[in-house]
Amino acid sequence: MNLRICSKLMAGLMVAAFAASPALAQGTLRVAMTLADIPLIDGAPDQGTEGVRFAGFTIYDPLISYDLSRSDTSADLRPALATEWHVDPNDTTKWIVKLREGVKFHDGSDFNADAVIFNLERAFNKSYPAYDASFERQLKIYLASLKSWKKIDDYTVEFTTKAPDSLFPYQLPRFLIASPAQYAKLGNDWDKFRATPSGTGPWKVEELVPRQRLELLPNKEYWDKDRVPKLDRLVLLPIPEVSARTAALLSGRVDWAESPSPDTVEKLTSAGMKISTNAIPHVWPYTLSELDGSPFTDIRVRKAVNLAIDRDGLVKVLNGLAVPAKGMVSPQSPWFGKPTFDVKYDPDEARKLLKEAGYGPDKPLKVKAAISTSGSGQMYPLLMNEFIQENLREVGIEMELEVFEWEALRGRRRVGAQADENKGITILNNSYSTNDPYVAVLRYVTPEEIAPKGSNWGSIRDEEIERLALEIRNEFDPKKQDELVAKIHQRLVDRADMVWIVHDVGSRALSPKIKGHVHAQSWFVDFSPISIEP
Amino acid sequence: MLLYVVRRILYAVPIGIGVTFIVFSLVHIAPGDPISALLPNEATQEMVDEARREFGLDRPFLVQYAIWLGNAAVGNLGTSIGSGRPVATEVMSAVGNTFILATSAGLVACILGFLLGIVAGLWRDRPVDHIVNLITISGVSVPHYWLAIMLVIVFAVDLNWLPPLGIGPDRSGGWRPDWAHISHLILPTIATAAIPMAVIARTLRASVVDVLDQDFITTLRAKGLRRQSVLWHVIRNALPTALAVMGLQLGNMLGGSVLVETVFAWPGTGFLLASAIFQRDLPLLQGTMLVLSMFFVFLNLVVDLVQSATDPRIRRT
Repeated sequence: MNLRICSKLMAGLMVAAFAASPALAQGTLRVAMTLADIPLIDGAPDQGTEGVRFAGFTIYDPLISYDLSRSDTSADLRPALATEWHVDPNDTTKWIVKLREGVKFHDGSDFNADAVIFNLERAFNKSYPAYDASFERQLKIYLASLKSWKKIDDYTVEFTTKAPDSLFPYQLPRFLIASPAQYAKLGNDWDKFRATPSGTGPWKVEELVPRQRLELLPNKEYWDKDRVPKLDRLVLLPIPEVSARTAALLSGRVDWAESPSPDTVEKLTSAGMKISTNAIPHVWPYTLSELDGSPFTDIRVRKAVNLAIDRDGLVKVLNGLAVPAKGMVSPQSPWFGKPTFDVKYDPDEARKLLKEAGYGPDKPLKVKAAISTSGSGQMYPLLMNEFIQENLREVGIEMELEVFEWEALRGRRRVGAQADENKGITILNNSYSTNDPYVAVLRYVTPEEIAPKGSNWGSIRDEEIERLALEIRNEFDPKKQDELVAKIHQRLVDRADMVWIVHDVGSRALSPKIKGHVHAQSWFVDFSPISIEP
Repeated sequence: MLLYVVRRILYAVPIGIGVTFIVFSLVHIAPGDPISALLPNEATQEMVDEARREFGLDRPFLVQYAIWLGNAAVGNLGTSIGSGRPVATEVMSAVGNTFILATSAGLVACILGFLLGIVAGLWRDRPVDHIVNLITISGVSVPHYWLAIMLVIVFAVDLNWLPPLGIGPDRSGGWRPDWAHISHLILPTIATAAIPMAVIARTLRASVVDVLDQDFITTLRAKGLRRQSVLWHVIRNALPTALAVMGLQLGNMLGGSVLVETVFAWPGTGFLLASAIFQRDLPLLQGTMLVLSMFFVFLNLVVDLVQSATDPRIRRT
């Protein structure tokens, strides 16, 4: 009797639960982001590349964007709101950018040179009425060499850089264009704009519920007819907890979950989910201090650490969610070059090099590494560092791990190895984006980047690299530019200035209902070709 | 009684001010730069310093505290560094969601804890006591976080009976007391209520057992009082301890909600606090902590007053 009542109750509960799930319109894609809040949707998304992935290139367009339509090659620059750009042959600090005509913002107003100038003033002119500190904060570092700007005509803009900078076009993808007309319509108030924004992108904002969801609708009038979204709706949900994202996908609450953890891969695939990965521009290295007193002033020690790490073993531990690194970028990249030092697992050679450098069983090498517990791009830092710690122990290196919370580690990175608080720390485990030549290679090796000014944490100095770095800024032929980057990278690997460990693979778990997803070799995604099977 | 109430309220004032100071300084003691999270990953130390000046974080600690306290006193908790939205609005909308979860979990914890405690105490050392003991030991031993994940795996993923996360179905537009929303509330309620329920039950059992052993109960029984009347005396005497524990447990529930709300992506104060910590959103963190701790102070005040109403001995001490 009781059992019967029980089973009836259960059945009733199930029916009610199913009836409660609303019938979704066909073609709604629900994405579980790893973020704790919806990124800013005002054209200057915060929260790193994931913020740009979901709230940047969806709602807005930059002047120059990335080609995200292919998965077999690294995503290169391609025209977006700019149709063409070139350096002024008479003055190589000036870039002439031609703008696309006939583009409209979501509010119906026209995109033109005034809109570009408005957004530049918004970011960098503190006395401009529409100056927006939040925009400046997010943008400044990406437009580092920009000095001034000028409207030539309605569809031509001139940018002036502080010094000749052939890499300037690589800085433009983060500069997204917001609608001046919408800003004016909302009473010149950026806070209001942040709730009801307007861009030119393939998606329009329908609803934003802070910390709960962002709903986007396709922009059917999108200027690039090949990229008009196929979906009816795109819903973005902030779900920072990885097990909650996995549960949401498995129970059908979302169709797409970012960054599944390695231990859930088996469960997800056995439930029919697809784990999508590709080499993305990212490296998970050890940055070394080359200051006086650091053991890493000796190239033999630097090479020994590189040779002591079993990268394939590490990838196996991560259930395939990483690829071994042989440099800042993958060997297929045009920037890789032809280094003679092969970054691989060779513990015998590592022991030999250490012995030559004066270390051995009676005098082990002791080092201290600053690592984080988690963080954007940091992958699974505790697990991975403990694995490497074991690898190093086998060749006679005792690596002590000093664990920081992510923001605290970022602080330790910014102040540089020479700062008092970093005394005794000669290894920094901070992952990097390798999107373009500057962030992939240049910023870690030049003297003007020595912390706290920039990203050269360990004060790496090398005359040859410094000479090439100057040369590259004046080389405006893209092919020759790539060759120069490759030369620098080759030199960097041969000097073993860092310890290269793995590249992330931008993993995401997808429901089998998702069609048309292209996993570009990029941090970003084009949602336009994606559809959902009912 | 009135004098006691006034005295107790006056005590709450310095406690409240002390709490604001601790809230403010704790956030400053924590390692990591509050400004750093605001800036892109590639930002330099120079940019961090500039932003710190912009947000007034380069000023002396006590000056910052005074300004913040002055603003907080008039209800202005500042603006979230991350989202640019007013902290007060963010916290209030989160408080509403936490209130729903806390009420539901509080009711479950108090009612179940009360019943289990009384039953176990009255039938001490009988099978029913052992069963309750097993339930309550499991309850206090199981971490919120683990229980929450387990509930999701079993009831949302494997059985697919209940939704795994969120406050309601997609595009629900706010909480309503219908099944679609209540179904979202069940798992978080169980996860949040488990520990307080067990603690309340165990405390109440101990106090019931203690009261039952006292001479006056023997006297009551000897006088020939009916069982129900004796029971009433037992409960009345065991209640003050239980009430104090209930109050504290409701407070603890707010702490536990950080984990439970994160697992269930329940947009309440716990979730807000967790995201403020990850984003190092200083004003948001301080604002949320302030509201929560003030609520805790208020809760203790209420518990004290209710206790003194049920047990006159407290007023005299």
